[in-house]
Amino acid sequence: MGRSREISGLLGALSRRQFMQGAAAAVGVSITAMPEFAVAAGEKLVNFYNWDTYIGETTLADFTKATGIEVKMDLFADNDELFAKLRSGNPGYDVIVPSSNWVSRMSLAGMLEPLDHSLIPNIKHIVPRFMRNAGFDPGRKYSLPYMWGTIGIGYRKSKFSEPPASWKWVYDSGKYSGRLALMSEGDVLLGMALKYLGYSLNTLDDKQLAEAEALIIKQKPHIKAFAEDNGQDLLASGEVDLVMEWNGDIAQLMAEDGDIGYVVPEEGGLLWEDTLAIPKGAPHLANAHAFINFIHDPDVNAGIATTVQFATPNQAALAKMDKAYTENTAIFAPESILEKSEILNYLGEEAIAKRQEACTRIFAA
Amino acid sequence: MEPWRKTPFVFLVSFLPPALWLGVFFVAPLSLLWLFSFGDKSGITDIELKWTLTNYARALDPLYLGVVLKSLWIAGATTAICIMIGLPVALVISFAPGRVQPWLLLLIILPFWTNLLIRTYALIAVLRGNGHVNSVLEWLWHIGDGILGMVGLGDYGLLGAGFTPLALLYNDGAVVTGLVYVHLPFMVLPLYAAFDRLDRSLIEASLDLGAGHVRTFFSIIAPLALPGIVSGVIITFIPALGAYLTPDLLGGADSQMIANIIERQFKAANDWPFGSALSFLLMYATFFGLAMRGIFIRRGGEGGRG
Repeated sequence: MGRSREISGLLGALSRRQFMQGAAAAVGVSITAMPEFAVAAGEKLVNFYNWDTYIGETTLADFTKATGIEVKMDLFADNDELFAKLRSGNPGYDVIVPSSNWVSRMSLAGMLEPLDHSLIPNIKHIVPRFMRNAGFDPGRKYSLPYMWGTIGIGYRKSKFSEPPASWKWVYDSGKYSGRLALMSEGDVLLGMALKYLGYSLNTLDDKQLAEAEALIIKQKPHIKAFAEDNGQDLLASGEVDLVMEWNGDIAQLMAEDGDIGYVVPEEGGLLWEDTLAIPKGAPHLANAHAFINFIHDPDVNAGIATTVQFATPNQAALAKMDKAYTENTAIFAPESILEKSEILNYLGEEAIAKRQEACTRIFAA
Repeated sequence: MEPWRKTPFVFLVSFLPPALWLGVFFVAPLSLLWLFSFGDKSGITDIELKWTLTNYARALDPLYLGVVLKSLWIAGATTAICIMIGLPVALVISFAPGRVQPWLLLLIILPFWTNLLIRTYALIAVLRGNGHVNSVLEWLWHIGDGILGMVGLGDYGLLGAGFTPLALLYNDGAVVTGLVYVHLPFMVLPLYAAFDRLDRSLIEASLDLGAGHVRTFFSIIAPLALPGIVSGVIITFIPALGAYLTPDLLGGADSQMIANIIERQFKAANDWPFGSALSFLLMYATFFGLAMRGIFIRRGGEGGRG
């Protein structure tokens, strides 16, 4: 998920996270160096493994000032990388930021430490809906929400008389032939097609999946590219006029280009949620809880939300935010559409394999 | 040079570091992947070694073979274009005055000093709809249109109603362009080395005896430089076959290559056994190519002596 800020340079708009992904791909290995860990009880340290540009400007320093605990932050580019890093044992991280469906996958694989809610009193500030409706982590045993958002359509306003508020325009129409890009991420690509067809994006029904696959293959002649988290660049450079993207990527573009709009289609879409969790074997358990608690302090949380420009699940922090944030449609979609949207669940290894093979067929068709 | 039996210590000291390096960073991880390729995914993170061939059987599914064929086609086109560009370039460099040669070689190697990712993004800036190539074309279009207007043909729209940018990006052509750009030095350098070793008197003799330049090239230069040409083809073709970043960034809706599928197995699909099997099939194909090269060069050598 591209939640990164743009770095401007001679190559034009290129987000830093994307760059890291590409760089990692280029050398074929992860470029995040393993931090040096010294495991000592009572050590004043917490090792934080986070997405790039996904924390407040002064949050880490403020935490050290408030508690005397030093924070070492290390960055990952996507959930796959996070998972791969922790797959064969925790190299020493205390707090990680996996997305919702990955919380299930990791907890089922025994990779997460249960949270002690009594050590996190700031839980009371979190919107109750997030505590109740977390199908991926019932009872919030392993994770607390960090930021959330949607997937929708980013578009160039001057080319449209009204917002393209249906998935139809990207999945089932030749009207914008060659002017549209979809996302290459399998769950999203198939998931939004399922939503358009009126099914759940978490469906396990092979027939519904096959229908979604056929829909995308039929649409292929009109699709310019399956973007690898760089859809916002295609939109910014005028290669395409509408693109399926994470809301944050489009929000950042909207701040730079007044001609860009964002809409979550009327069929609803995917609600993503990134969470705070503690991986099994974390060397500084108490510090990890203290850090998570600190992040949900209303003032601290408002500071983070101001920097990252994503929707916070912390209602006390939300009350402190200005209108430019709370009324930004790229950050908060209308409630009626959120109702129809779904959180992506962990569907099991077999279902994931099936969906990935469907993607291979789609890209090969 | 002393035979190694007489100085076992010196031999050992100089042999150990590279052997260790090879063992730790090449043999060990590859062996692990090789074992994975016969394994079965038994849980979210567990792989059970079952000595099964199901992963290889799955890789022979028409779906994956189709992608392999497509990868072969793209790598083949890349190699062919590299030869067509590389041959004259290497010839020119090897016949250039000695003083200029290092500079010409430097120009070939220079792009290597920049990261592959940066070069690929630069290519995006060059090729995209409002990129540099299309800007120049648009400029030329306006000049052409202006001239037509001046001679009184402006109303006929001979050049079309307006400038339409060429679709240079997000298709297979863009992938081949990107791969040629990246791999050209791999072709030029061995060709240059081969041409540079040529006995110039043979070329002079051929020209003296009445053969034209074209005939001299095909009857004298090409056969003598064959090992260099084969090396160039191999070291261009193999990395192009496993290209991953280029189709990802420059390709369109159906520019998926085999390496992209392998990546999907190791990341999104979390199916390391199948990913390993695919990787090893690619590697076996590479070994096959190298074996062919060995045969080819030996034959060429015998032919030369005969």
